[in-house]
Amino acid sequence: MIPLLQIRNLRKAYGPLEVLHGISLDVAAGEVVAIIGASGSGKSTFLRCLNLLEIPTSGEFIFDGTSVDYKEDGINWGREKRLRWLRSQIGIVFQSFNLWPHKTVLENIIEAPITVKKTPRKQAIEEAEDLLQRIGLAQKRDEYPSRLSGGQQQRVAIVRSLAMKPKLMLFDEVTSSLDPQLVGEVLGLMASLARQGMTMLAVTHEIAFARSVSTRTIFVDGGLIAEEGPSEMVLNNPQLPRTRQFLNRALSEPHAATVI
Amino acid sequence: MTSLLEYLPGFVYASWLTLQVTGLVILVSWVSGLVAAFGKRSRWMLLRIPSQFYVWSVRGTPALVQVFVVYFGLPQLGINMSPLVAGVITLGLNSGAYVAEIIRGGLMAIPKGQYESPIALGLSHFQSMRRIILPQVSRIILPSLTNEAISTLKNTSLLSSITVVELTFHAQIVIARTFQPFHFYIMAAVFYLAMTTVLTQLSAFLERRNATNS
Repeated sequence: MIPLLQIRNLRKAYGPLEVLHGISLDVAAGEVVAIIGASGSGKSTFLRCLNLLEIPTSGEFIFDGTSVDYKEDGINWGREKRLRWLRSQIGIVFQSFNLWPHKTVLENIIEAPITVKKTPRKQAIEEAEDLLQRIGLAQKRDEYPSRLSGGQQQRVAIVRSLAMKPKLMLFDEVTSSLDPQLVGEVLGLMASLARQGMTMLAVTHEIAFARSVSTRTIFVDGGLIAEEGPSEMVLNNPQLPRTRQFLNRALSEPHAATVI
Repeated sequence: MTSLLEYLPGFVYASWLTLQVTGLVILVSWVSGLVAAFGKRSRWMLLRIPSQFYVWSVRGTPALVQVFVVYFGLPQLGINMSPLVAGVITLGLNSGAYVAEIIRGGLMAIPKGQYESPIALGLSHFQSMRRIILPQVSRIILPSLTNEAISTLKNTSLLSSITVVELTFHAQIVIARTFQPFHFYIMAAVFYLAMTTVLTQLSAFLERRNATNS
């Protein structure tokens, strides 16, 4: 079976500074991949390259069997359209939620399905209500984001992405800006998504989450994949000294949440 | 005293004309301001340089001189306009330079994540601007835009110098007939004050409404 996502030798440079030195990665449908690594290792940049919020400098990008031509230079007819097609199928959730403050919870969720996928408004609302029901926030439908807790906002942000029915979900340190007692509800939602078979890539500091939910773990160091493998192997029995070092430090951090 | 009351309807009518001129000027200024604001942020020099020049030159010269250049100067090059058209275009472009800076400031005040999240969901740049960014910008800049509208309203008095019959010019006509400059300039001032007060109140109302909806 062809992997859902195939990345070959992806590089990203800002001017003369290269931060990703050639990353290759295959993700099969249904896989849950945790990406761990120290801050500044390039893991977030890599994730942002995957829905082309950051445009890679070079490298092959194949999604769902289609090679995506993302090159910025020269004339590239239809590039914008291709990027939008890709982004509508790959959801990303950010550390800082980024809900739209001038729209209610419901309006946040139905915006993209209506504007991008031309879903009829009535249907979009029904689907949004269904999603809100599932995360237990149905009664917050008409609230503005500022009235929600951080954990609730982040769960709405996840649902906002899910409303597009993406084939792949990217999570960029989605619990890092949450109060410790709110981390659990967001990780819980992610775990239940994983159980339902969603293909996911999550940059995370939550080693416990990576261990219990992800099928595979990737340790990124210095803009390269330093070590990868089944999560229990990488996390319990890392091969490289620097992976071990990183894990020791991550696990000794006081806020490392274990609530799932 | 009866003589003053006699002139009230004329001032009311002149105020109405002033409001209409102001409305047209604001329309021109928002369009040119929006274009220049995005022009200054553009990646393309061909848009950026003219926008920068526009804002720089307009803000650096007096509005009255600009009005004279357009109304008295351009006919020398064969471009003739009625006083009203010349006045609306000039004041509109003048205010547009300030509006451009206001909009630019508003765009900069929106957090980066707000620009990213609609794009990440597949919205086009135009869609995310129109549906996500500009509605937020409009709330932020509303107070500054009101200030600018009030300035614009007062600036229409400059058009009295090119014979646009707005409030100030009307007062001058009445004064020429009655020789009562004190009474009638005060009367003009009171009418300006009434109009700007209404504008201020309107903006306060809109601000309150926005504050409850977010």
